[in-house]
Amino acid sequence: MADVTVPGRPPSRFPLRAQVGLGLAFVERQTNLWKRHWAWEVVWLFYGVVNTLAIGFIAKELGRDGVIAGQAARDLVLFLLIGTLVWAYLSAVLDDISLVVTWERWEGTIEHTLMAPVPRVAQLIGTAAFGVLHGLLRTALIMAMSLPFFDVDLAGANWGAAVAVVLVGSFSLLGLGILAGVLPLVYPERGEQLSFMVQAAVLLVSGVYYSVDTLPGVLRLASWLSPPTYLLRSVRAALIDGQGLAATAGDLAVLAGFAVALIPLSVAVFSAGERWAKRTGRLKRQG
Amino acid sequence: MSRSPSLLAPSRPVPRQRQPLAVRGLTKTFRRRKRQVRALRGVSFSVERGSVFGLIGANGSGKSTLIRTLCTLVLPDEGDVRVFGFDVVRESMPARQLINRVSVDPSFFGQLSALENLLFFGRVYGLTAGEIRRRAPEILDRLGLDRSHQRALVKELSRGQQQKIAVARAFLTSPVLMLLDEPTTGLDPRSKRDVQAFVREVQRDHDATIFLTTHDMAEAEALCDRIAFLVGGRIVAEGTPEELRRLVGRGRPLDTIDMEDVFMELTGRRVEEDEEEDEEVVDDG
Repeated sequence: MADVTVPGRPPSRFPLRAQVGLGLAFVERQTNLWKRHWAWEVVWLFYGVVNTLAIGFIAKELGRDGVIAGQAARDLVLFLLIGTLVWAYLSAVLDDISLVVTWERWEGTIEHTLMAPVPRVAQLIGTAAFGVLHGLLRTALIMAMSLPFFDVDLAGANWGAAVAVVLVGSFSLLGLGILAGVLPLVYPERGEQLSFMVQAAVLLVSGVYYSVDTLPGVLRLASWLSPPTYLLRSVRAALIDGQGLAATAGDLAVLAGFAVALIPLSVAVFSAGERWAKRTGRLKRQG
Repeated sequence: MSRSPSLLAPSRPVPRQRQPLAVRGLTKTFRRRKRQVRALRGVSFSVERGSVFGLIGANGSGKSTLIRTLCTLVLPDEGDVRVFGFDVVRESMPARQLINRVSVDPSFFGQLSALENLLFFGRVYGLTAGEIRRRAPEILDRLGLDRSHQRALVKELSRGQQQKIAVARAFLTSPVLMLLDEPTTGLDPRSKRDVQAFVREVQRDHDATIFLTTHDMAEAEALCDRIAFLVGGRIVAEGTPEELRRLVGRGRPLDTIDMEDVFMELTGRRVEEDEEEDEEVVDDG
């Protein structure tokens, strides 16, 4: 029996529907892996809750000791809680995207994945989509477990605007995560550490635990280049001050701009990194 | 193992008139700090449709670099590789749809079951979840991996069982060109026989072309229509097993010469001997 009977040419490009299907394969794989590593998920959830509580209690103590008082004290608690929760989300997304290459190197599957006929954009967006869903779920659980410990007033919060900001901001995070993921691809032995350093730099300049106005000159400039700066500012404006989409439109536009620029840029950089890794023979198993 | 024409999905369409694999002047050198390692030096050969082509070489001879280049994982310095006429560098996407590979190291997500792994690796070749769930157990059955092991986590399986899953992963996608990189190295005799029988069956029943690297001479003789010897990144001899025996026969009856003798006479070494990497120091200054 001969199966190979039809003359033709396999496609060089895939229609959008096929690319979505290929991307979903990565979402499904990451979901299966996540289920099998549930114990680690419990650890990170516990760590996230403890971290949120610990930072929230610092603000509470400042209020109790009279360093700040009244509404300012309540706002500080909320400011830090939002920073901690948004950072839990951001770091989960960045970790999920950037660690995929490292993980595939450990398992030795990286060559099989990269030789499959999958457009890189479908692979990376699929992986990132899982990161966003995973990050949202984990952060929602951390929030649900942490908030009862604090007397915060969210009656005036504009949840709709906050959700819109998080959704738009997530697209810019995809680009950032993919860029961080290039490092383990290009530097098999040090790439993972470097991607953690990138994450730490984002933490420093994005106003997670303080306003970016606090930052000195160069770091202040760097904060403008970090999408989480705008995401955090707008989420706080929506939840603490109750501002709507109109008030956060400027930041939303910047976040959308980052997404439009960073996603294609990061995919292009990843593809360039992949070509370099193939030229220098760095796609082998590691670990 | 019984014959079943419906075991694999129909292969992807390919132009019938094109050669499955044509390699011309392939050269690859890796730079490692101040050293250069010459992995491939002007390798040329071609593989006919529906045949099994064997590449024999010691560890360090360049086999893995060659096979990685064929499956688009290493970019060559010079030369070109065409899979059914598609250049693996410039037209890698069409080429990748026609090939798959079994590597010496099975490489799976250890925390997933065999079927979950195959679900992912099948879907990235465009198969639907339904197709994979139907075909994967059939292929694994045929390879002798029982259903309980198919559902077990891969990390809990023996190397032989993992290698069977690796063979299933590759054949699940019905490649028209299959690259087998030492697929039976380290397997117990029974697993080795299962894998070899499956390879023969797929090649016979599904018009697949197979490129096999090995240092198992008996396996090469049993499976291959043509054999090439790779030494120091160069092909030093190529032919059918009988042609190669004739090269060194000098009047002896050919059935008294095994492929190990042929390799020894043509290369001056035993295939079990690891090759030193061919290095040279580079002055970057």
